[in-house]
Amino acid sequence: MADAAIGTRTIPAEPSAWSRLKTNRDWLGAWFMLPTAAFLFLFLAYPLGLGVWLSMTDARIGREGIFVGFENFTWLYDDPVFWLSVFNTLLYTAVASVFKFAIGLYLAILLNHHLPFKAFLRAIVLLPFIVPTVLSAIAFWWMYDPQFSIISWTLKELGLITTNINFLGDPWNARWSVIFANIWRGVPFVAITLLAGLQTVPPSLYEAATIDGANRWQMFRHITYPMLTPIIAVVMTFSVLFTFTDFQLIWAITRGGPVNATHLMATLSYQRAILGGYLGEGAAISTAMIPFLLAAIMLSWFGLQRRKWQQGEADD
Amino acid sequence: MSMKSKFRLLGGGVALAGLLVAGTLAGSSPALAACELQFKPEDGAELTLLRWKRFIQAEEDAFMKIVENFQKDCGITVNVQNESLDDVQPKASVAANVNQGPDMVWGLYSLPHLFPDKLVDVTDLADYLAGKYGPWVPSAVKYGTKAGTSEWIDIPIAYNGNYINYRISAVEKAGFKEPPKTTAEFMELAKALKEQGTPLGMALGHATGDGNAWVHWALWSFGGSLVNENDEVIINSPETKAAVEYVKELYGYMAPGVAAWNDSNNNKAFMSGEVSMTNNGPSIYPAAKKDAPDIAADMNHAKWPVGPVGKPTEFHIAYPMMIFKYSKYPNAAKGFIEYLFQPAQYDMWLQAAVAYLTPPLEKYEANSVFTDDPKLTVFRDAARDTLTAGYEGSVGEKAASALAEFIVLDMFANAATGNMSVDDAIAQAERQAKRIYR
Repeated sequence: MADAAIGTRTIPAEPSAWSRLKTNRDWLGAWFMLPTAAFLFLFLAYPLGLGVWLSMTDARIGREGIFVGFENFTWLYDDPVFWLSVFNTLLYTAVASVFKFAIGLYLAILLNHHLPFKAFLRAIVLLPFIVPTVLSAIAFWWMYDPQFSIISWTLKELGLITTNINFLGDPWNARWSVIFANIWRGVPFVAITLLAGLQTVPPSLYEAATIDGANRWQMFRHITYPMLTPIIAVVMTFSVLFTFTDFQLIWAITRGGPVNATHLMATLSYQRAILGGYLGEGAAISTAMIPFLLAAIMLSWFGLQRRKWQQGEADD
Repeated sequence: MSMKSKFRLLGGGVALAGLLVAGTLAGSSPALAACELQFKPEDGAELTLLRWKRFIQAEEDAFMKIVENFQKDCGITVNVQNESLDDVQPKASVAANVNQGPDMVWGLYSLPHLFPDKLVDVTDLADYLAGKYGPWVPSAVKYGTKAGTSEWIDIPIAYNGNYINYRISAVEKAGFKEPPKTTAEFMELAKALKEQGTPLGMALGHATGDGNAWVHWALWSFGGSLVNENDEVIINSPETKAAVEYVKELYGYMAPGVAAWNDSNNNKAFMSGEVSMTNNGPSIYPAAKKDAPDIAADMNHAKWPVGPVGKPTEFHIAYPMMIFKYSKYPNAAKGFIEYLFQPAQYDMWLQAAVAYLTPPLEKYEANSVFTDDPKLTVFRDAARDTLTAGYEGSVGEKAASALAEFIVLDMFANAATGNMSVDDAIAQAERQAKRIYR
């Protein structure tokens, strides 16, 4: 009987390739990812690829370019204005990011305490971030006006200076002025995000530290800072990326002037590509930003991957 | 014609409605009595026009009145979009690149020459207008036609004179009856104005209108030029060096901060009395008449001094209007420009603009706006006197790029502010120019 039963049992047909594709878990996973992948390709990879392609052509506005290899890059390599914009971008990003981090962290710690009107104060801190960039940039433009600056006016009224400060007419003054505006605008993002991070630190750790007799600095150094490191990595990556690619503030306040002293790579790219009509060269400047941005992302990526580093311990 | 505009027309009067019905019955587009156009608009045409944001409210009001009249007379709606002066070019460039956007753009200088192949040939319209109200002033022909051809790609519908604006009392106090006629004396005046605390101020920031106007005057007045008539870069010359050294010295007598000035700073500084002399179109004067009559009474306009080259080297803004090839209604667009130039519209517009606009066609130079107030007479000649972008070179896309990149302006600013030596500033300009003119 047993043999007969075995003899009559139908052997299930080998599943077709199509049904395997439909039911195999690995394949299903791929299917479900497809829409997202298509979305990413269409809106991220394609424009990026197009930008890189454009940077290797001599495309002008209204006219398709022909492939010229690295000609745009070799030209930029010898272009002092391009290198000036690289220097400006690095200075702008480095100085603004350091200040945004320091002030943002300080504010976050302050706001984490129990203060009267806590919710209100937190909302106030967010204000610079909420105001549209162009609006705040125009406000700064007025504050830095060579003739009508309220800062110069106040200092003159106080008898501290006799002539107006040349905020935007002098290369270095202009650089510090736009960096200040960027810090003002960027601090809330850092502060509020770090504040969110601070809220996740268990109070019991502080209680234990207090019992052990730790002072405030020791508590910050050995509890707050290590617990906050992962979120610092994320926040500062974003902050650096935003700062490095900034355009609006500069364009509204100085348009890259005086004498290109505040041109960032993004503004120079726009000027060359859209105003000057040299799409290829503008794209090359944008493409030249990619290595810097990749470096920032990699730093954060590997940082986030390293659990020990996240927890504030030394690497093995 | 859109339903909306049909309704408006019907509301206009029984007679007009009758005409409409008759026209529709006849199976053709409605014939509108007042719409006498050489260039017959397409049926159902509707236009979008991008223009720069007005500097003088009355000018814009008059322009919108013309748009309204055009709608009333010819039944074609023109949707007017405004952008700030500096944003017209990028918008137009993008439109040209993606073949989509406004049917017409009203921009600056040689903007049409950035993308000549994207524009409708308007030679027939230009010839027609010249025959009726012309001839065109020489610079209009150069700005209107595609480099090296006689094909018109835009219509320079007006100019904006950029002259010396000065406070009469300050100049007299400095010992001059009026702004001097030579660059050497002009330096003396600048020096005296600075000493008496009422300095000169001219924009050295990326100021498209005012900045480009005065630095090109300075360069050309010493015989310097970015390129020669064959478009070969000749900026690195003793003449240029003399011009740069002149500007460097002049900068020393200017109000502080001019290196940061854009097109609006000098208006504010002049109105507040911070500077007693600047270069501008006639927009400060009407503003002063309205808000500060004492300044209006004490100010006047003057032509630019002549440099060692011995002839005037003025650079005024040209305002070309262009029609994109992707437009579905090129004839309606031509019809609109034709309509704009009809005396009933154009004369009214010139009057409203109080000399802010200078006509490119000879007939309109007789408009009384230039003679009713003698302080505005100087602006009548702006179109006739101006040299073109690129000077003796072509006015094509290369000249447009050089202007957009502020090559000449940055050369002067680099040297004047001490950011670079005179020779280095010129060398950098030469290098950038060679890239564009290769």
